[in-house]
Amino acid sequence: MDVFFQQLVNGLTVGSLYALIALGYTMVYGILKIINFAHGDILMIGTFIGLVLVMNFHLAFVPALLLAMFITALMGILVERLAYRPVRAADKLIALLSALGVSIFLVNFAQLVWGTETHPFPVNISGEPIILGEVHIGTLQIWALGVSLLLMVGLHFFVNHTKMGVAMRATSFNVDYARLMGINVDNIISITFAIGSALAAAAGILIGVYYDAVYPVMGYSAGLKAFTAAVLGGIGSIPGAMLGGLLLGVLENEGAAYLSSGYKDAIAFALLIIILLIKPTGLMGRREQQKV
Amino acid sequence: MEHLARFTLNYRNKAVSLVFMILLALIPLFIANDYYIHVLITLGLFIILSLSLNLVSGYTGQLSIGHAAFYGIGAYVTALLMLKLNLSFLVAIPIGGLVTAFFGLLLGLPTMRLAGDYLAIVTLGFGEIVRLVLLNWDKVTRGPMGLPGIPAPELGSYVFMSKIPYYYTVFIIVLITVATMRRIVNSGFGLSLIAISQDELAAEAVGINTLRCKIISFIISAFFAGIAGGFFAVYISFVSPDSFTFMDSIMVLEMVVLGGLASIPGSIIGAVVLGLIPEILRFMAEYRMLIFGALMVVIVIFKPDGFWSAKKRMRNAIMKDLAARKMIDTKTVSPRGEYIEGA
Repeated sequence: MDVFFQQLVNGLTVGSLYALIALGYTMVYGILKIINFAHGDILMIGTFIGLVLVMNFHLAFVPALLLAMFITALMGILVERLAYRPVRAADKLIALLSALGVSIFLVNFAQLVWGTETHPFPVNISGEPIILGEVHIGTLQIWALGVSLLLMVGLHFFVNHTKMGVAMRATSFNVDYARLMGINVDNIISITFAIGSALAAAAGILIGVYYDAVYPVMGYSAGLKAFTAAVLGGIGSIPGAMLGGLLLGVLENEGAAYLSSGYKDAIAFALLIIILLIKPTGLMGRREQQKV
Repeated sequence: MEHLARFTLNYRNKAVSLVFMILLALIPLFIANDYYIHVLITLGLFIILSLSLNLVSGYTGQLSIGHAAFYGIGAYVTALLMLKLNLSFLVAIPIGGLVTAFFGLLLGLPTMRLAGDYLAIVTLGFGEIVRLVLLNWDKVTRGPMGLPGIPAPELGSYVFMSKIPYYYTVFIIVLITVATMRRIVNSGFGLSLIAISQDELAAEAVGINTLRCKIISFIISAFFAGIAGGFFAVYISFVSPDSFTFMDSIMVLEMVVLGGLASIPGSIIGAVVLGLIPEILRFMAEYRMLIFGALMVVIVIFKPDGFWSAKKRMRNAIMKDLAARKMIDTKTVSPRGEYIEGA
């Protein structure tokens, strides 16, 4: 059972990071109904910004994290303005292509600036791991879990208990009605991108520190997993993204421990397909009425 | 009169296609440069892939982002048949296509319950699983090292030495693919597919067996992607999981969408344009893909309907027809059938 609990802890750590990233996908999807394929690469840029702030500007971890989140939020707004807003009226697939263009651009930009190699992410987070029986919970894991929980609680409060959050939910319910109610939809979309990107930056930095590795294509696998998590939970649903992320993290870690580590990702995807076949709109997705 | 016009138009189109095909067939006589021939062969592969995906994602309207999996299965099956059983490429490639078609059937089954982005994620999952199996099933696929040394094709005593026989092979496969796709989309079955893409519930209501149609379109699509994969394996003489990633699936989808969904010329143009841009940008060295990404955003902003949009052309044709019959104000329609604002 020790293996099980150890993998549960590891799974929850990774899963909470997936959840943070998945929130960005799901919030954008909730409003614009597009898959923001550049999200993983925005995460990567955010991570590099964090790394630069720590290494070159010698900021402490927490201020660097916050500042990187802020800069990445601005970048998210910029990406939406330049690449998504002009194609908002077109077919959803066109927005997908635009997102892919952004994705290719950002990866190659990072490769030009920081090279293709893997950079370590040295941070001074030391401390004794918590030991429960045979289960070790490392300081980094506590940090990752703590920061992501804090952010998720904050987001939950923002979405459910502020005026802006209500406007955001209204927009995701129906863009046209929201506009008729006097909501500035363009601003809401910008804010959605800002929040999603900031959360991605936080997740990226935590991933970078946790694995001690930052590289230009890191957004690819993180983004793919988080997107899977968002769909698993029911894309468009914020609690769904949190649940999906945690579930995916736990499932793939348990799968790796008991079955095969090489097939770790394959297990995650196979489970995803099975769950979708049983519940086609994800675990917490809204079922949409089909009309002719 | 109208019949005559239609006949001559058809005749002219056929003559133009024929001249175009002859020119393409003669290219190797004029261009001796191996690099150019190689680019043309690659474009041929892209055309087969985008046409095959176009059937599923364009005509049937089922978003698939795992097409590279079919490409990969076809390539590995062909490679294994040639390496382990010493089969001729003429046998191995079609068998590779058939095996891939079976996987197409498997991927078609979830459309029973899933559509849209949820189906897309299943195709993505399928693509990743196939890649991971290729990567981890060491005994058969040799994992990340791939399968090298696929023998050069032989036809009797003739062995493929230069790139030119490969060029003609891919040329023939492209012709077969285009012809087959044209027959399919112009048939009653093709109309059923378009009906499904427009409104599945309505299609079902008029008596179309939607599940059967969707599965068949997946099978045909997978078959041609598998053939492309088989040819790729033979041409490069080496396969590894790196050639069949999510990014490759996305590139093919991009060709289909940017060319113009549900359009055969569109898919061909999309494949040629997106295949050529990275080659043309080669002089920019390390800035190449950076520019490519930015260019993609710019293209979709200025050409949101794709290069050859079937929908727009159909709308324009109807507008022109209505104007010709004086059923709408002729001043509001341009000679090309476009609506003129404020006229």
